[in-house]
Amino acid sequence: MDYIMQPWPWWISGVLIGFTVPLLYFLSGQGFGISTSLQQIGAMCSPHSKLSYFKNYDRVKGLWTLMFIIGIAVGGFIASQFLSSAPIEFLPESYMSLGGGIRLFVGGILIGFGTRYAGGCTSGHAITGIANLNWPSLVATIFFFVGGLAVTWGIGHLIF
Amino acid sequence: MSSQPKENSLAASIVDRDSKQSDTKKPGLSMLALFMSLLVGVYFGIVLTKSEVVRWQRVHDMFLFKEPHMYLIISVGIVVAMIAMLIIKKVNAKTIEGVPIKYDPKPFHPGVIIGGTLFGAGWAITGACPGPIYAQIGAGAWMALFTLAGAMIGMYAYAFFKPKLPH
Repeated sequence: MDYIMQPWPWWISGVLIGFTVPLLYFLSGQGFGISTSLQQIGAMCSPHSKLSYFKNYDRVKGLWTLMFIIGIAVGGFIASQFLSSAPIEFLPESYMSLGGGIRLFVGGILIGFGTRYAGGCTSGHAITGIANLNWPSLVATIFFFVGGLAVTWGIGHLIF
Repeated sequence: MSSQPKENSLAASIVDRDSKQSDTKKPGLSMLALFMSLLVGVYFGIVLTKSEVVRWQRVHDMFLFKEPHMYLIISVGIVVAMIAMLIIKKVNAKTIEGVPIKYDPKPFHPGVIIGGTLFGAGWAITGACPGPIYAQIGAGAWMALFTLAGAMIGMYAYAFFKPKLPH
C-alpha cells in the first residue's frame, strides 16, 4: 500500500499510460486523444454556430470525449484524495496570484489554439500518433518541444 | 456540403446522422462505450496524477533537462502503445462490441508545425497539456480553471480563424 501512496516511478507510469491506448480502443472503440474534447465543448456550447469547425462537427460521435475528461477529473480527485500520502503541489507557489492566473490563462490560449491547429496534443500526436508510426505526429511532437524549450530557455526568466 | 442542416442541435444531429450514414456500427454512440470512456478516463486521471505528469515542476524540469522523469514516461508510453498497436493490427483485434479497431492517421499541414510550437509554449508556461488540466481541476487545483478558460478561448480563436489559416 505504501508503494501506491508514493509518487509512482517512471516505468510503471509509462507502461500504464501506454496501456491507455489499447484500453480505450478495446473498451470504447476510440483513438486516444484529449484535445478534441475542447472542440466538443465548443460545439456543444455553440449549437447554432455558422463556423465550419462547429457546424461540420459530429457532436454525437464526440460525446465520448466529454465522458473521458469527466473521468480524468474524477481520477485526479481519487488519486489526490485517497491515493496520496502527502498533498500534491500541482502548481508552484508563484502561480497562486492574479499574475499567476493571467499567465495560466495566456498559456491556456496557446494550448487551446495550438493543439487544435496541430490536430492533437501529447496524447493524440506524441503517444497514439507515434505509436502508429504516423510521421506527421512525430513532426508535431518535435515542435511541441521546440515551443516548450524556446519559452523555458528563451523567456523563462521573465515568466517563472 | 450537399445539404444544409436546418438545425444543429444534438437531437437533430442524431437524426441527421442516422439518415445520412449507412454504416451499422457507430463507435462512441452506445451507452456501454460512453460508460467505458468514463472508466478509462478515471484510470488515466489516476495514472496522470500518480505519475506526477500533472505537476508544473515536473514539466518545467523536463524542459530544463534537469531530470529524465517525463522523457522516460513519454518514451515508455509510446513503446508500450506501439507494441499494443502491432498486436492489434496483427490479430485484427475488435472492440468489446465487435467493431474492428482502426487508427485514423492525422494529416500533415503547416498547422502541425505552427500549432505544435504554440502548444509547446503553452505547455511550458502552464505545466499542463490538455489531460492534466482536467486532472488538476478534479484534484481541486482551482487555478487550473484559468488554464481551461484560456484553452477554451484558444479553441474558439482557432474555430474563428480556421478558414484563413494555411492547412
